[in-house]
Amino acid sequence: MAKYSVVGKRVPRIDALSKVTGSAIYSGDISLPGMLHAKIARSPYAHALIKRIDISKALALDGVKAVITADDIPGYKNRSPLLLVEMPHLAQDKVTYESQPVAVVAAISKDIAEKAVGLIKVEYEELPPVLDVLESMKPDTPPIYPNLYTNFISRPPTDVNARPSNIAYHMSVGRGDLDAGFKEADFVLENTFQTQPVHHGYLEPFAAVAKANVDGSKVTVWTQTQGVFSARGMIAEFLGLPATHVNMVPVEIGGAFGGKSFLPLAPLCALLAIKTRQPVRMEMSREEVLKDARPAPGSVNTIKMGVTRQGKITAVSARFIYDAGGFPEMSHTMFVRGNTFAQYKIPNINIEAYDVLTNKIPVTYYRAPSTPQSHFAIESQMDLAAKELGMDPIQFRLLNTAVEGDTAPSGEILPKVGYKETLEKMADYLKTKRSIKGANRGRGIASGFWHGAAGSWGAYVNVNIDGTVTLVIGVTDVSGSRTSVAQIVAEEFGLPMESVSVVVGDTDTAPWASPSVGSQTIYSLSHAVYRACQDAKEQLKRLAAPRLGVDISVIEFAGGHAVAKGDPQKSIPLAALARSSLGFRGEGPVVGRGSIAGLPPAPSIAVHAVDVEVDKETGKVKILSYVVAQDIGLAINPLSVEGQMQGAVAQGIGWALMEGYVFDQGKVQNTSFLDYRLPTAADIPMIDTILVEVNSTTGIYGLRHVGEPPIVGTLAALANAIHNATGVRFKSLPMTPEAILKGIQQVKK
Amino acid sequence: MRIRVNSKEYDIASGPATTLLDVLRYELGLTGTKEGCSTGSCGSCTVLIDHKAVNSCLVIAAEVEGKDIVTIEGLAQDGILHPLQQAFMDAGAVQCGFCTPGIILAAKAFLDSNPHPTESEIRQGISGNLCRCTGYDKIVRAIMSVSRSQRG
Repeated sequence: MAKYSVVGKRVPRIDALSKVTGSAIYSGDISLPGMLHAKIARSPYAHALIKRIDISKALALDGVKAVITADDIPGYKNRSPLLLVEMPHLAQDKVTYESQPVAVVAAISKDIAEKAVGLIKVEYEELPPVLDVLESMKPDTPPIYPNLYTNFISRPPTDVNARPSNIAYHMSVGRGDLDAGFKEADFVLENTFQTQPVHHGYLEPFAAVAKANVDGSKVTVWTQTQGVFSARGMIAEFLGLPATHVNMVPVEIGGAFGGKSFLPLAPLCALLAIKTRQPVRMEMSREEVLKDARPAPGSVNTIKMGVTRQGKITAVSARFIYDAGGFPEMSHTMFVRGNTFAQYKIPNINIEAYDVLTNKIPVTYYRAPSTPQSHFAIESQMDLAAKELGMDPIQFRLLNTAVEGDTAPSGEILPKVGYKETLEKMADYLKTKRSIKGANRGRGIASGFWHGAAGSWGAYVNVNIDGTVTLVIGVTDVSGSRTSVAQIVAEEFGLPMESVSVVVGDTDTAPWASPSVGSQTIYSLSHAVYRACQDAKEQLKRLAAPRLGVDISVIEFAGGHAVAKGDPQKSIPLAALARSSLGFRGEGPVVGRGSIAGLPPAPSIAVHAVDVEVDKETGKVKILSYVVAQDIGLAINPLSVEGQMQGAVAQGIGWALMEGYVFDQGKVQNTSFLDYRLPTAADIPMIDTILVEVNSTTGIYGLRHVGEPPIVGTLAALANAIHNATGVRFKSLPMTPEAILKGIQQVKK
Repeated sequence: MRIRVNSKEYDIASGPATTLLDVLRYELGLTGTKEGCSTGSCGSCTVLIDHKAVNSCLVIAAEVEGKDIVTIEGLAQDGILHPLQQAFMDAGAVQCGFCTPGIILAAKAFLDSNPHPTESEIRQGISGNLCRCTGYDKIVRAIMSVSRSQRG
């Protein structure tokens, strides 16, 4: 008999009905009476000083209700905009990337707002843009921000010799003796790998609607955000208001993948609503999304690796450089510490990581931030080392795999992890699959690691008078989280799914929730939900025991009843308990409460195997088959877990083979889906999934993190497969047909 | 100007050069039709015009006068979901849901013209509709399951 009755079942999402019928409400669907429309005036230059901004003509246009510039933003008066992370940066004295917002207009129609944007006159003095990270890092390159010091954003370090730098952050971690480690090696490989900036490509562009109260002291905001409470904090900081004077209303989110913690519109929209006392709507076009809604950074990553003939890695020296673009706020180096080489046992290691400013679109986090980039390098290098050894790539990884109790490069002692099991499951699977044969075909193997995050969460559970249960949480659903936590509630109360509803409340009513980032939501929110269930169940037991004439310890929950264990005749419906608790002599409504913080993450690994065929005439890569195995701890909803894995792999395929920004002097050239191509159904094969369930010791039911790990290994898996198919090693992405043809021709020469 | 949407006649006030998408979303309040790119390259705004799947961002109101338009809101009949709607739910083909209305309508038009397609034909058939969440796997399976059930 299965251990659980609802947990572990393939359950359709509880939000699916509203989505297949078109009734689900997204930010752009919100419309309020008397609503104004706002548009942003943007910089035409990648790097320029602002001499003067003249908004008088725009303000004078009939139908224009307000124009704001950086001077109007209360938050900028309290803090440097450099420290206001994931918010729009209205330029003050200079612009540091093309399309940086300079002013915003609110008017009675979109057309008038757009016309007014054209009337804003900005006098610029163009500066030469800094475009290349390696160039930007050099000490003699003029700093983009004269007050930016490495690791000391916007304030000088105590070291009086410190000079401003374009290196926003630098992280260094290591252990052992590198020289001794490399000496011990039989061979040393050193390679540099490059990745391009890519966009999340969520299909829903940004939109926001805001409405202020009568005296402008409070504002309600509808916008797509991965965290309503984090968004509330950011908007309040921007407006100079107490956090609770902003109410965030949750809406459906049309894809996020890390890109929708950033709030490019909502703070501006809220400020305009307060200024005008009218509701205001803002929307981004796809062009604005690609030019200003931050992508993932490009990177330049060098790895030196020493290996013995027996296949043991003795030493690694690695350097990861991320192109932060025009603002320093979203550090990727901080993720490098916990997420590089953690799945391997390497006695001597040194890792350096840098976030470096350039005059390009600033970046933000995208599904396992920093890690697909770092693993493109790491897992390509692992493949090259296995080749040098003439060893099976899974065997080589197994020889070096870290297990529970090993120390990761960050110094963390690894908890129970399923790296070994996942590699073994993939090896077993590949044994059942025919080996890949034929000209121009190859199989690529790679792994990807994600450490995960946890956050802090609350949950309420109401046991209703009809015997159903309502769960109230405060986190928007970007991964099927509502369905998974509903399964937990159903499991704990012995109820069918139909008897459980989930309400995502606004920030005025819901319990606190961290944002849905770091693959943490279901993993850690489930603790709060589980505890709220136990709390409510204890209350129900206390109600049921005297009514059934049994001891509290024998009461269980099944089929919508509280039942005496071993004596099923003694049972009472939850509805009766809930109703009776409300009477004059009742005990009061049954409300369960649960909360959690400080949960240690449960690292997860995914292993990829992809078979490709490369057309040597056109350079086109055809993916023949793709399989990904992931240690997910325990799948609450396998349907949902598979969907996360398949979606992540498809994004990785786009990243590896076709996507990428094209810049000219820092200016984005591909500003629509016609020239920033995302994979279509015709570009992607069926993606087979292997769910490995090595229960974590920290997650409820043994859960681990799910959504991010499966993108990480995709890029290297494809490069490794293409190498096997063509004999050419591609160290730079994307591996477009043009790049592959060029690579093949260079080898021929 | 009069247009017919989901079997209902509407007198519309928007100008004839307004896109059908804007008429649907802003004048008729049919927000199930989504705007993802406004250049006809993502398929989020797909509607059926005389049974054909069309990007409503590329069509102006004047072009659809007298034609029969179906949006996602009009696909279920008498409270019964269309088999594709049910299949998308059951197969886990819905994640964020932003592409879902467009893909379901594109799939309907496609299956109407090719009731028993191969997997590769399905993939080509919906290649004008982007999905960023699912990797298309479960979407293709949902469409395949409807095609199989039509076989009887």
